[in-house]
Amino acid sequence: MATITLKLNNKSHTVEADPKMPLLWAIRDLVGLTGTKYGCGIAQCGACTVHLEGVPVRSCSIPVATAANKNITTIEGLSPDNSTAVQRAWILEQVPQCGYCQSGQIMAASALLKRNANPTDKDIDAAMQGHICRCGTYPRIRKAIKTAAQLMTQK
Amino acid sequence: METTTKNLSRRNFIKLSGLTGTALTLGFSFSASAKEQTIWNAATTESSGVELNAWISIDTAGKVTLLNHRSEMGQGSYQSVPQMIAEELEVALDKVNIIFAPGNGRKYGSQITGGSSTIRGSYKKLLRLGATAREMLIEVAAKKWSVNKSECYAENGEVIHRASGKKMHYGELVADAAKLDAPKEVVLKNPKDYKLICKPLPRQDTPIKVNGKAVFGLDFKLPGMLYAVVERSPRFQGKVVKFDDAETRKVPGVKHVLKVTRDEFGNMREGVAVVADNTWAAMQGRKLLKIEWDDAAFAHHSTEELYTKMREQVKGDVISYRTMGNTVTAFAKAEKKVEATYETPYESHSCMEPLNCVASVTDDKIEIWGPIQGPDWIQQNICGHFKLPPEKVIVNMTFLGGGFGRKAFTDYPYEAVLISKEIKAPVQVIWTREDDMTIGPFRPGMVYQCKGSVTERGRIGSYEAKLAGQNMDMQNPGADKTNYNRSATEGFLDGYFETIPHYNFGDSPLESPVPVMWWRSVYSSTNAFAFESFLDELAAKAEKDPMDFRRQHLSERYHLLMDKLEQVSGWKSRTKNTGFGVAITECFSSIVGEVVKVSKNADGKIKIDKVWAVIDCGWYVNPDIIKAQVEGSIVMALGAATKHETTFKDGKAVERNFDAYKMPRIQDIPEIEVHIMDNDEKAGGVGEPGLPPFTPALTNAIFDLTGVRIRKLPFSLDKIV
Repeated sequence: MATITLKLNNKSHTVEADPKMPLLWAIRDLVGLTGTKYGCGIAQCGACTVHLEGVPVRSCSIPVATAANKNITTIEGLSPDNSTAVQRAWILEQVPQCGYCQSGQIMAASALLKRNANPTDKDIDAAMQGHICRCGTYPRIRKAIKTAAQLMTQK
Repeated sequence: METTTKNLSRRNFIKLSGLTGTALTLGFSFSASAKEQTIWNAATTESSGVELNAWISIDTAGKVTLLNHRSEMGQGSYQSVPQMIAEELEVALDKVNIIFAPGNGRKYGSQITGGSSTIRGSYKKLLRLGATAREMLIEVAAKKWSVNKSECYAENGEVIHRASGKKMHYGELVADAAKLDAPKEVVLKNPKDYKLICKPLPRQDTPIKVNGKAVFGLDFKLPGMLYAVVERSPRFQGKVVKFDDAETRKVPGVKHVLKVTRDEFGNMREGVAVVADNTWAAMQGRKLLKIEWDDAAFAHHSTEELYTKMREQVKGDVISYRTMGNTVTAFAKAEKKVEATYETPYESHSCMEPLNCVASVTDDKIEIWGPIQGPDWIQQNICGHFKLPPEKVIVNMTFLGGGFGRKAFTDYPYEAVLISKEIKAPVQVIWTREDDMTIGPFRPGMVYQCKGSVTERGRIGSYEAKLAGQNMDMQNPGADKTNYNRSATEGFLDGYFETIPHYNFGDSPLESPVPVMWWRSVYSSTNAFAFESFLDELAAKAEKDPMDFRRQHLSERYHLLMDKLEQVSGWKSRTKNTGFGVAITECFSSIVGEVVKVSKNADGKIKIDKVWAVIDCGWYVNPDIIKAQVEGSIVMALGAATKHETTFKDGKAVERNFDAYKMPRIQDIPEIEVHIMDNDEKAGGVGEPGLPPFTPALTNAIFDLTGVRIRKLPFSLDKIV
């Protein structure tokens, strides 16, 4: 067991954890932020995606010790009021059905649009192919990413 | 934590209908911008509340709370149920609270969210409930103003006196309204006056599903709650002989290790639970368990053995379910005939939210929270097992991260209750992805043998379909295995039965230890592949256009749908280098036709260019949700057709996670265009009927392009020559 400081959404949390515990479970069970989801535990589905120093990563496959003292953003840290372009686009296009995978989808889309303000279909495929949606919201995810790109230019 | 538990004060909340005296309900209360979500506790407040009716309550400030008695697993009941009630109640949807009703079949009727039944099963009742409440509120206002009721109307949460413009909001009227007898007859609105119904209103749950605030089962926490994972027999019916937990107990955080059982269709399955103060510790402890299993009592089947049996069985006698004329002699005498065998795989539901359930068992009651498709059913099941009356068993629904039939099953809540009872603490039982994918129940694998003939005039002369596969209704000990499968014709259009002179549909149930269960669109999800592929084969034998071939057997309602499908897909102007396939199925009282267009890419591989779907679900509520459900159904069908299957080896499921069970991903999805028929028919299902026609429409399109008939699923689009 180790004492680890997690910088989550610009707030410090100290947790007592097995250093090998995946970041996902530290965020969910020890800090209590449940927007980040467990889907597969082997980095195949993307439901657990968070930003580590701005880069989207699979929190189910990163030991909590590796993330200590680094800036982590979860879905809860994206905006306090659904005001980011991606969240607005997700609402405009009515993307979610069950909604369980959408935290991960949104974190991936946000990271994509940060580095590429006008992604092509191929760019979208490349950035989003690690994310499974069993409800099949993929056509709307694609549309919403394009809508978000437009919303960003209107600012 | 964004969620807090707090007592509702009676002052703020006159009536929380549908809750018994000790109910603890899980509700989602959020402002229009969805910044807040509250889980509230009505336990101590609900006893002498004023009641408008079971679904509707209004506080003194005029805040309306509507109950959703069905589960929300993505299909949209959280939107469509309130959208219906709010229409007749005359309130704006973005101003109402929506909460999930607890399990209570006596109060709400069936709550099992399956068979695409939420709207079609309750719309008339819910519209009437909304209208009844509205009329009671108007009556009170009219009395207060001493005017005739007919001079008043309701709008946007207020009653208005037409002549004077006087207004009172519902909060000022509700207390008196609740004292009135409900009127026996109410006039429902004319559909042309609908303000909410038939409108593509944005879903009320979207804002909390884009910021992590929606509470799914896995997100629900209670003070002092522990986390459990269970090592269940890797073979389907294994029993625990003994286990050694010495190493497990050394893992920091592990609190308890215990043998547990799970109710699977009345058969008690066994496992060993590891309970810890966090999920990860429980998972680590579980890895160190040493369990000796006795799994000698049943056959350790493989996929090969199961299908060998089914292929034999369809050649023999079946138990006829629906039959007309004599298919044997008609087939024997016919000159133009076709015979084909189709096979569909076992599938896992693989909801993105793996199974889980929170249970808290105390001396006087049992409470459950979780992603649950049938809260009333689970209440009955738990009452039976633990010998408690319904008021002592409270079953609360969270949001469901997918359901697809799996979460209607009672096994996982039972297991959570058992563990909480043993350890005397609230517990969340979490199924890992591997547990979720390997334990079952699964969609049953099926083999179909079809024989049919066409007449000289190019019509269907005879149609015989024999099914072999596990019957989902015959898994309980003592099930009558001589009975036919009532679902043997599911997926086949009703209209054909009126015009085909000789037909016979029957099944030969397969005996297997593999547990099976409803999977989105149930038998239609596999039957339709066989039935609609075979229709296409008959059309080819008759040398007729597949659309025209079907049309000559069907009546006007189907014709209108087919006309629309032809028009939007450009069916008649299709060109040589493309393949077009059609399939039309009926499922849960809705008819869906789909056309798939395929072509070859530069490498000569098949690609799906586009899918057109036309759904006739009669009376409907929210066209955008309907479109979303059809899109999602097509994606799910695409996966089962071309990506994944569950296979078995030595009595165990082989595919354990998404590395082996390959899901469709964003780059696999073609453009999908959905159209909805407008008519005066009764409401049909929406969540499932879009799934069955996709696969046969795809394989029929591939035949159109390449001449290759695909009769076994799944197949790889990359491997068709």
